[in-house]
Amino acid sequence: MVIGEGKPIKEILAMIEDRSKILLAGCRGCVTVCCAGGEKEVGILSSAISLARQNQGKALEIKEVTLERQCDPEYLEEIRSIVDDYEAILSIACGAGVQFLAETYRTTPIYPGINTNFIGVTQEQGVWAERCQSCGDCKLHLTGGICPITRCAKSLLNGPCGGSSTGKCEVDPETDCGWQMIYDRFKELGCLEQLEVIIPITDWTTSRDGGPRKIVREDLKL
Amino acid sequence: MRLSYPTSIKIVKLPCTGKIDVLYLLKAFQSGADGVYVAGCMEGDCHYLTGNLRAKKRVEYTQKILDEVGVGGERLAMYNMSAAQGARFVEVAQEMTEKIKELGPSPIKKQKSEIRSQKPEDNMKESIPSPLAGEG
Amino acid sequence: MTSDSHLEKMLGQGEFAVTSECGPPRGADAEVIKKKGALLKGTVDAINVTDNQTSVVRMSSFSSCVLLTQIGLEATLQMVTRDRNRIAIQSDILGAAALGINNILCLSGDHQKFGDHSTAKNVYDIDSIHLIQTVKHMRDEGKFLGGEELKGIPKLFIGAAANPFADPFESRVVRLAKKVAAGVQFIQTQCIFNLERFAEWMEQVRDRGLHEKVHILGGVTPMKSVGMANYMKNMVPGMDVPDALIARIKGVEKDKRAEEGVKIAVETIQQLKEMEGVHGVHIMAIEWEEMVPRIAEEAGLLPRPQIA
Repeated sequence: MVIGEGKPIKEILAMIEDRSKILLAGCRGCVTVCCAGGEKEVGILSSAISLARQNQGKALEIKEVTLERQCDPEYLEEIRSIVDDYEAILSIACGAGVQFLAETYRTTPIYPGINTNFIGVTQEQGVWAERCQSCGDCKLHLTGGICPITRCAKSLLNGPCGGSSTGKCEVDPETDCGWQMIYDRFKELGCLEQLEVIIPITDWTTSRDGGPRKIVREDLKL
Repeated sequence: MRLSYPTSIKIVKLPCTGKIDVLYLLKAFQSGADGVYVAGCMEGDCHYLTGNLRAKKRVEYTQKILDEVGVGGERLAMYNMSAAQGARFVEVAQEMTEKIKELGPSPIKKQKSEIRSQKPEDNMKESIPSPLAGEG
Repeated sequence: MTSDSHLEKMLGQGEFAVTSECGPPRGADAEVIKKKGALLKGTVDAINVTDNQTSVVRMSSFSSCVLLTQIGLEATLQMVTRDRNRIAIQSDILGAAALGINNILCLSGDHQKFGDHSTAKNVYDIDSIHLIQTVKHMRDEGKFLGGEELKGIPKLFIGAAANPFADPFESRVVRLAKKVAAGVQFIQTQCIFNLERFAEWMEQVRDRGLHEKVHILGGVTPMKSVGMANYMKNMVPGMDVPDALIARIKGVEKDKRAEEGVKIAVETIQQLKEMEGVHGVHIMAIEWEEMVPRIAEEAGLLPRPQIA
């Protein structure tokens, strides 16, 4: 899922400084699961912002809503009838949701309340970790199911580099070396010979380098 | 024991401090509380094993938010005591009351009273949720 | 011969090669690099110039190499894939060859986190093995990676690094094998302080016959002090500094410790000379370039053979 985390409240307060009536929109998708932008976080952020504004003596009216998803057009319609009653929307969905709101409600300013960090997993309760950089050309079959583009700090396709030390990455002693993990996995699978294969130069056109990406499925279009 | 503690303290009962929620704490301040403290069981003695340890983390998280919004995290505290420590309960109540007296009224409360005295009609519009509204 | 490289010629004729390196200045003063180069004249067969090592911005390796070439020294262009995509890389390869640089050392580079611009975006369009392939492709196929013909071939002698001391140990020789398969011609290793482990690695190298396909130059760094040894041991990832070595330096009086460091470096070189498959040494005297001639002299590497 998409993992995000709340922006510092001070940053949010600066964005909405001149506003007195805002819509605070959460999302029941990924950001609910990673506790960054669901109904619960809408409530907490709303309270925190209200406290800060009360403290400043500048009242702020906040309408709390949490949409089913902010990345699907039909759910954005849920707020169409009330959007115009507010000066701006503060969205705590991922970057996709924030932008989709902006596209949908063209005359309402939209502010992002969270930072969208990565595509990842819940490693344990309260801990999320990156697993995918959506390069658009999955190579996991070549690397034992561990992505070197994501998990090697240098995205090396033919590691490990000389900075791999006791299983850790030179960049951060807390971070596992992606290529050590690939090596260990090959060993467990009994296919260490796969380490000998040179993974060729990447075609990045499927990645962001090819420009904004889009998938069209004619069979599904209405 | 019939011990007495400061009358300024309002008690909100929860089945376990593990039920404490960041929102409860924030809303208490929004409603004008000058200080809030959570009284949980002794660490290691939670009937639900870790309820009080979770409460501690949520209190710490909320303290950071209170710092960020200018209320001040020091207005929120967590204490641990057992049900048998009546005297300790009173001691903590007095300690917290003293601390909040020193800090003075919450800036939120001050603003509210100023707003009230200046523009009563505006104050009516300002939506301040009641504590624990919608929680359950 | 694949290039006009003096280093390639030396190694090709079976001479035990000596290389060293210079860190470029943190400014635009050409004299700094020229002075460092002059110190090494007659002592080494080629001089590496580091490419923004540890991600601290310095004068470019490219221009520093050109400055060395201008004063008659053979330079080895270190190139990291951290800062350039394949477009800039190929462009620089062409420029380097055109300006008389004959050797290139293909590296991935230290992560920018270590440097003075840690907020930078890194590139890593390709990795060091791809860089070897790129140079070889341009030189031997006469083509760009994109497939178009080159007008004028960059005749470069291709090198890379190997770190026998990083983990996992079993993967180190595999990585060397991949570099050899990619077309690397010479290897300069990470600083060797643990000769035992290096010998173990060399044995794996020989088992695969790699020592016959690539010239391995052992990395040697003289320790200036106990502080430096401890720093290398604890702060530089993938560096193997045995406690016995630190104890040996500690064992002599404080003002004789640098001397002891030089002695250890000389002994290391002498042992490397005896190792089958080691074809030279790469002396990295970190900010101590003036010590290189003495080390080379004492290790019996001087005078350098004159070859046609």
